[in-house]
Amino acid sequence: MATKNETKIIVEQGKQELFIIREFDAPREIVFRAFSEEDLLVQWAAGPNEMTVHYEKFQPYAGGSYRFINTIPANGMEFAFHGVCHEHTAPERIIQTFEFEGLPEKGHVILETSRFEELPDGKTRLTVQSVFQSVADRDGMVQSGMERGVVDSYARLDELLEKVVV
Amino acid sequence: MRRDVFQAIADPTRRDIIGLIAKSPMTPNAVAESFDVSRQAISKHIQILLECGLLTINPQGRERYYTVQPKKLAEVADWIEPFRKMWEDRFDRLDNIINILKNENHGNQK
Repeated sequence: MATKNETKIIVEQGKQELFIIREFDAPREIVFRAFSEEDLLVQWAAGPNEMTVHYEKFQPYAGGSYRFINTIPANGMEFAFHGVCHEHTAPERIIQTFEFEGLPEKGHVILETSRFEELPDGKTRLTVQSVFQSVADRDGMVQSGMERGVVDSYARLDELLEKVVV
Repeated sequence: MRRDVFQAIADPTRRDIIGLIAKSPMTPNAVAESFDVSRQAISKHIQILLECGLLTINPQGRERYYTVQPKKLAEVADWIEPFRKMWEDRFDRLDNIINILKNENHGNQK
């Protein structure tokens, strides 16, 4: 197989949004399908750390809604997410809201737009734009993959890097 | 014992040592004299920093100088990396699904 396509994350300082960009070696009709069918989504969309995912509700059409649950089989811990579908336009665009139910308070909702762009040679570029309600919400999401101790480590590292000119 | 950069900078004295040597390369003696702790303690901290690659030794004449390797710090400074890795793993799985779908399509056309 050809070299692996790079996953690019753009997180500009002080902004309320982030971008996830990735190319796929397939036409967008196919890539879009993998975002549109429940039995395909559960095969790839789970979270990190050996999680599994199942959909309690999956209505990929304007006005529909979804709810899915990530499970860590090793300890049975569950993380639920839900949102409303604003638009599911094959094969080019999905717009939906997204909320993690495990946050200390409700109401931290993300607006997520996934664009599927046709490239030459039957390739597709996916650009996911997530718009958050605050910079803190966004930074919290980016850090959610880290354990508590790691966040502290990064804070120390930042401090040290200010002293050391790179 | 496993040594990594985060472990290296977890200790305040080691962070001070890096901050000091970053200003200018220093001999082992000069480093030890800058701190109010025992020479052995400093030497141990230096050893850990060397093992992690945060410090290197440059001989100059008969003296040895410690130099900070800031690139090593910068390498792990990217706080986005764990998040990126999570998406990368997800998209790698998606690649597999897409390949299966592609092959199905080809099959149907025949």
